[in-house]
Amino acid sequence: MIKELVLGLRFTITQMLRKPLTVQYPEEQKPVFPRHRGRHILHRYDNGLERCIGCELCAAACPVGCIYVLAAENDPKNPVSPGERYAERYEINLMRCIYCGYCAEACPTEAITLGPQYDLAEYRRERTVVTKAELLESWPRFAQARGPASPVGAGADSTARADPDPGISPRVAWDAAETVHGAPEAPQPGDLGVPTHVPTVTEPESRDRR
Amino acid sequence: MIGQDYWWVLLIKAVVVVLGLTTIAAYLTYAERKVAARIQLRLGPNRVGPFGLLQPAADAVKLLFKENAAPANRDRLLYLVGPSLAGGAAVLAFAVIPMGINNWFNYQFHWDIAHFNVGLLFILGVTSLGVYSLFLGGWSANSKYSLLGGLRSSAQLISYEMAVSFALIGTIILAGSLDLEQIVGAQQQTWFIVLQPLAFVLYFSGAFAETNRAPFDLPEAETELVAGYHTEYGSMRFGLYFLGEYVNMVIVSSIATTLFLGGWLPLFPFHPFDWIPGPLWFLGKVVVLLFFMMWVRWTFPRLRYDRLMNFGWKVLLPLGLLNILITGTVVALRA
Repeated sequence: MIKELVLGLRFTITQMLRKPLTVQYPEEQKPVFPRHRGRHILHRYDNGLERCIGCELCAAACPVGCIYVLAAENDPKNPVSPGERYAERYEINLMRCIYCGYCAEACPTEAITLGPQYDLAEYRRERTVVTKAELLESWPRFAQARGPASPVGAGADSTARADPDPGISPRVAWDAAETVHGAPEAPQPGDLGVPTHVPTVTEPESRDRR
Repeated sequence: MIGQDYWWVLLIKAVVVVLGLTTIAAYLTYAERKVAARIQLRLGPNRVGPFGLLQPAADAVKLLFKENAAPANRDRLLYLVGPSLAGGAAVLAFAVIPMGINNWFNYQFHWDIAHFNVGLLFILGVTSLGVYSLFLGGWSANSKYSLLGGLRSSAQLISYEMAVSFALIGTIILAGSLDLEQIVGAQQQTWFIVLQPLAFVLYFSGAFAETNRAPFDLPEAETELVAGYHTEYGSMRFGLYFLGEYVNMVIVSSIATTLFLGGWLPLFPFHPFDWIPGPLWFLGKVVVLLFFMMWVRWTFPRLRYDRLMNFGWKVLLPLGLLNILITGTVVALRA
C-alpha cells in the first residue's frame, strides 16, 4: 500500500515540473490545419487582378444561399478582373453559411476559398454579413502601384475587420428587419435578456432576380 | 495586565491573527488552485492582477455580493450558527499556538495570543467544535444531501478525533507537558518527528480527515452528495465554511509543526540557521505541510466510506495505542 501511495505522489510531483499545456486562447492561437474551412477569402492573381469574374456560380452552388454577388462590366482600360465582368458586390452571410466549401468547388477561377479564420463572433448582427472589402485578399503592392482598382475593392486594402467600410452596408435581411421594427435600443433594466420581438429574416429581393 | 501581557498587546495580537489567518486562508485557495493546475498541466488563475494574485479578493467580492439563497423550511437559528461556528472555531484554536519567543528590552514577547499550560488540550477541545458547525449546517438545511454530509462528518470526526488524540499522546509523554511552548522547548535537541515518526504519520493522516480534505473528503463528496453539508449554503455563508476549511488546514499544520517539527526552532541549532527569526521558521514549516496537503489532495481519489471507517478504527487507532505503549515503555525504562 505504501509503495503505491509513494508512486502516486511521485507521479503528480513530476507532472508539476512539466510545462503547462494550456493555450492562452485570445492571446495565443494554435495554427489551424491547412484544409480548415473557416471564413472565406477572395483571392487575387499574382499581378493583383481579382480572380473573381462575377459568374455567380458560387451563389448557385451554395446550399443555404448565403452568398450574394452583384456583377458589373469591366472597364477594358482599367480592368478589375481578367474576365468580362467582375464582382461589384460580394457578400456572404456568415450566420447562414455552413462552411461546406461548395462555393470553392464551384468556382471556375479558384477565386474563393475557405480560410483559416474561425473567431467570427460579433457584437452586431449586421457585421456577420461580410462584404467584399473584408473578404478580398489585400494587395498593398498592387494598391500603391495602380491606385484603387474599383470603388468597391479599394476598401479591402485599408479597411480593418473591426470597422468594415461604412460606405457599403450589407444588403441582406437584417437591415430591412431592423428598419421595420425601429433601431435597436439599449436594454432597460428589467427587460434584460427578454426579447419582446424577434426580427423575421426575409429573403433578399435580389435572389428573385436570378 | 492580562496574564503576562498588557491588554492592548493582546488586542493587537488578536486582530493581527484574525486578519492574518483569513488572508492566509484566502490565499490558500489561490495556492490550492495553482498547485492543482500545475499538477494537471494547466496554468491556474492568472487573469486578476499579476499572476492572478488578486483572485482571492475577486472571489471574496463575488461571494459577498451573491444572493443569500436558503431553503424555506430550514431551521432558521441553526442554519446561521453552522457557518459562524465553522469560521469562528477554526480561528479560535490558533490563539494558543506559539510561533516564537523574543526578548526585547527585558520584555519577553510571546508570539501567541494566550499562553495556557494546557494549550494542547484547549486546541483539541476547540477543534472538536468544528464538528458542530458541519453537523448543524447539514441538519438545519433540511435537505437529504446536507443531512448525509453532516452525519458523515460527525461519524468521521468522532472516529478520527480518537486516533489523532492517541497519536498526540506520544509527544506529550516525551515532553512531559501539555504546554505547547514547553513541548517545543523539549525538541531543542531532536525534533519529535525523529522520535515519533509513527505518531506523525498517524496524526497527519487523521488531520486530513479532520479537515475534510481528500482523500477523506466524504462529508462534502461532490460526486455523491453534491456538496455534502454545505449543499444548501450560498454566498458568504458558504464562504465561511470554505474559510473554515482552509483555516483548519493552517491549524492542523501548525499543530503538526509545533508537536513534531520543532515549532519555531531552526533546522539546526547553529549559525547560519538560527539567524532566521523563529516565526519565519514556523511559517516555513507550516507552508511545507500545507503544500503536502494540497499535493495529496490532487493525487489520491476519495476513499469509500466503509473503508474510511475501517482505516480510522482498525488501523489508525490500534497503531496509535501501539505507539503509546512503545513510547511509554521506553520512557519508563529510561527513567
